[in-house]
Amino acid sequence: MRSEEKEPRLAASAGVSPTDHASPLTPHTSRSSNHRTLHVRVWRGTETGHYDDFDVPRLESQTVLDVVTHIQRKLDPTLSYRYACRVGMCGSCAMTVNGKARWTCRTHVSVVAEGDRLEIGPLHNLPVVKDLVTDMAPFFDKWAAAKGRFKGTATRHDGFARVPPQSPQRKLVDESIECIGCGVCYSSCDVVTWRPDYLGPAALTRAWTLVNDVRDVGQRERLAAVAGDAGCHACHTHTSCTERCPKGLSPTAGIAGLKRAVLAAALKGEL
Amino acid sequence: MTQIRGAEGVPSSLIPHPSALAVRTQVLLWGAQRASAAVLGLCVLVHLVTIIYAVRGGLTATEILARTSGSFAWAAFYAVFVAAVAVHAPIGLRNILAETFGWRGRALDVFVLLVGIVLAVWGWRAVYAVVGA
Repeated sequence: MRSEEKEPRLAASAGVSPTDHASPLTPHTSRSSNHRTLHVRVWRGTETGHYDDFDVPRLESQTVLDVVTHIQRKLDPTLSYRYACRVGMCGSCAMTVNGKARWTCRTHVSVVAEGDRLEIGPLHNLPVVKDLVTDMAPFFDKWAAAKGRFKGTATRHDGFARVPPQSPQRKLVDESIECIGCGVCYSSCDVVTWRPDYLGPAALTRAWTLVNDVRDVGQRERLAAVAGDAGCHACHTHTSCTERCPKGLSPTAGIAGLKRAVLAAALKGEL
Repeated sequence: MTQIRGAEGVPSSLIPHPSALAVRTQVLLWGAQRASAAVLGLCVLVHLVTIIYAVRGGLTATEILARTSGSFAWAAFYAVFVAAVAVHAPIGLRNILAETFGWRGRALDVFVLLVGIVLAVWGWRAVYAVVGA
């Protein structure tokens, strides 16, 4: 699925000029793909609500976020949604697109539309504030519960810690440090649906990053925080998080690492 | 949306109930389920191969008992098989009941413990029946 999403980016780098990334606000010109119309269903309401139908001009290199922005600016200004950077860095624009959680700013319509149809809803597994906006507080509360905060001992008077880039632990950090906190993995996780207190893939990935941070001194309490029925051991390795992570990370591998680290600590009586 | 929050801003809904098993116990249960799964994998293989080999010329209760009666090796093998089942199944059942029906806490833990005991007693009783007969 991620390889499909990479396709338009490769096409863009193969000679298509930046101006071809037409904004939905630009007039519908001859560059648009066959003057087609996209039929879009958008969730309106909170936990209860309905889908509204909109017709949006289909453009070249159009993203799902472009479509939502067109609706909000041209068709219905009461539509609520969330975004910031538009370039896949901030992690704020994730939505459910045709049934799957995705980052909308880097998801091309041409990759996800079923024919000329799109269905856009809020992320699953999170309370809906309004329309496409979810309350991310439960998601980040779990980062706090998983001790996702770095705990060091160095002061401003100490020098930089030297961590060899090729050391095994630093390499493990590299594998998950690029998480942008978009919530796609959390929204895609069946275990979060079944067990609402489960910490979820993102919080556990953050914990795994810190477990491998040789500067951190809060390891014992972190391992205890991520252990057990609501922690890493609840993961069934369905790998939906890994399949859908827009950054290509593998929370599944990190959670497996946590399972091993926690079991070792439990056997040593260190939990 | 105001929630009661404890240390480090963690909402009370994420703080384990006092009657929950100790974290270390939860982890050891997970480890026991993995270890018992490995034992079960081997036992099921031996069991299936034995069945396929033994029924080639037809099979009767008399033939089975002739092979198992007084056999320390078969008694040991099936005793281990039963023990692995009695460890593995209740832990998995505990997860299924928690995730499917939201059943948590002490009552669930006692229930699956009883399931484990029943499986062990019935299983070892069956082993005694075919080996000690």
